[in-house]
Amino acid sequence: MQVTSSVRDPLVTGGKTVKDVSHDISRHVENKPPKSWWLALAISLVLFVYGFYCVCTVLWNGIGVWGLNKTVGWAWDITNFVWWVGIGHAGTLISAILLLFRQKWRMSINRAAEAMTIFAVICAATFPLIHMGRLWLGFYWALPLPNAFGSLWANFNSPLLWDVFAISTYFTVSLVFWYIGLIPDFATIRDRAVVQGNKIRAEVYNALSFGWQGGAKTWMRYEAVALILAGLSTPLVLSVHTIVSMDFATSVIPGWHTTIFPPYFVAGAIFSGFAMVLTLLLITRAVFKLDDYITIYHIELMNIIIIVTGSIVGVAYITELFISWYSGVEYEGYAFYNRVQGPYAWAYWSMMTCNVISPQLFWIKKIRTSIVATFVLSIVVNIGMWFERFVIIVTSLHRDYIPSSWTMFHPTMYDIGEYVFTFGLFFTAFLLFAKFFPVINMAEVKSIVRSDSEKVSHGAHVDEEVHA
Amino acid sequence: MNADKNFVVGVFDNEEVLLDGIGKVRTNGLKIHDVFSPFPVHGIDDALGLKKSRLPKAAFLFGLTGTSLALTMQIWMLGYDWPMIIGGKNYASLPPFIPVTFELTVLLSALGMVATFMIISDLKPYRWPRQFDVRSTDDKHVMAIDLALNGGKSKEEISRILKDAGASEVNEKNFE
Repeated sequence: MQVTSSVRDPLVTGGKTVKDVSHDISRHVENKPPKSWWLALAISLVLFVYGFYCVCTVLWNGIGVWGLNKTVGWAWDITNFVWWVGIGHAGTLISAILLLFRQKWRMSINRAAEAMTIFAVICAATFPLIHMGRLWLGFYWALPLPNAFGSLWANFNSPLLWDVFAISTYFTVSLVFWYIGLIPDFATIRDRAVVQGNKIRAEVYNALSFGWQGGAKTWMRYEAVALILAGLSTPLVLSVHTIVSMDFATSVIPGWHTTIFPPYFVAGAIFSGFAMVLTLLLITRAVFKLDDYITIYHIELMNIIIIVTGSIVGVAYITELFISWYSGVEYEGYAFYNRVQGPYAWAYWSMMTCNVISPQLFWIKKIRTSIVATFVLSIVVNIGMWFERFVIIVTSLHRDYIPSSWTMFHPTMYDIGEYVFTFGLFFTAFLLFAKFFPVINMAEVKSIVRSDSEKVSHGAHVDEEVHA
Repeated sequence: MNADKNFVVGVFDNEEVLLDGIGKVRTNGLKIHDVFSPFPVHGIDDALGLKKSRLPKAAFLFGLTGTSLALTMQIWMLGYDWPMIIGGKNYASLPPFIPVTFELTVLLSALGMVATFMIISDLKPYRWPRQFDVRSTDDKHVMAIDLALNGGKSKEEISRILKDAGASEVNEKNFE
């Protein structure tokens, strides 16, 4: 039941009834996809195939085909890894943390955001896997299994091993959380297929829904499960980017050896994740005509989170600069002087502009409620967050302790190709999701739609009549 | 008459009427088989007199299993089976073991709880549920009354009680 408040706008507009919700969301699964969907899928598949060729070349020849050199031993692969993992964080924030805070506006965006999380984590995982060279041996090396050296176990003191556990747990738990949410909606599609007489669809979606019926006891357990999964996912998501940041922070490289990294990385992750959620949702909303479910109010709230996290990131950048000076350590000082002034200053200032200055534009209400401005700025933020990781990784490495080792990093087509590969993978997966899965959590949205809105006012403004 | 075969099914249009109706049906001495809803209805557990789920306790126990498993594994592998000095730390030093311990706690707790939920709720991919009314996953709340469990009352009497409780329609449903 939706309680219409005099200070808050309804979360779902257009006077939707519970039946409208089933219809509006399920019809994208039932109908043929629009032409724009086919076009987008074709482009994604082209990127995927080209990227796959580059990945195969890397696997065949080894990572020597990347642009790495003896000084810069980590560059695009780890940059892209951190970037994708960070993007995933927004999905968990929306579905878990906002659930714990009882923020009902999450309900129409959590499904797509969680899907984004899962695909982003898959994209992220491809980089360390491919970096291992013989990735079919990856599990053997990364997991604590008895191996050819007798029983020389994996090193649990290493942040890279923590990463293996963190990313795989994060992926598994996010997948389970997402799937649990999908079960009742698959049942809705199944029952519509029964009514429509489409036997194949009914069978497929019944299997996907695990024979869901929605009995009172099952729903009660389901809600207990959702709440606990949210409670587990909240510290989990914070731990994941904390551990990713420890890949750098536990080293002694000037520019990486920083205790501020964990909170700074988590804020940056949520910042870039929300930007990606906005990019995807604005397109999904337009293609599937979901304006009544993903309203300007949702977009505005997400933009406010972008201001908050973007400002935390900005403060972290300035703190880093201050501490590098205040510590009095000349190597630290030089690492940051080199970022601001050195050959990669263009990357540093791109990062500063995109991440610190551009989100501040959202203080202006006109900009944060404008779809075009939000779309443009969401892409700007993602570019900025890619540069952040590039700056942290490459500028800290390329000036080694001995000036004779100083180099620059130049990506080859295989560095770029692997990044393209993950874009192809991500968008192909997201488009398939948007076609075959309900993009909005119907069961949750139904619980906030006024069950009697048809009686109150059909198709008119619900709140006006209630206030009158 | 066999149990779990013949039902009278009441269809309710919205959750306020439903919650109200459950009370009325129960005071009239009817045993409710189950109520199927398209979304979780808050307060239905109290109305039906359902006991609180023990899944949180199960989740805690699975989590505890994860914690102990992770700690035992790490301390045994690096502390006893093949001790090695890494970074000048003790063989089995606790702080670096915390991240993996935490992750495995979360992993086992989540997977264990969800598996338990699936099993006790009889959710299986190959199972077709008994559909009392296909609209129960769309927009209607459906209350099923098992005739065998309410042996003393006729179909007509049950139908009348459901109608009085606010059901917009009452149907019969028989399963083979």
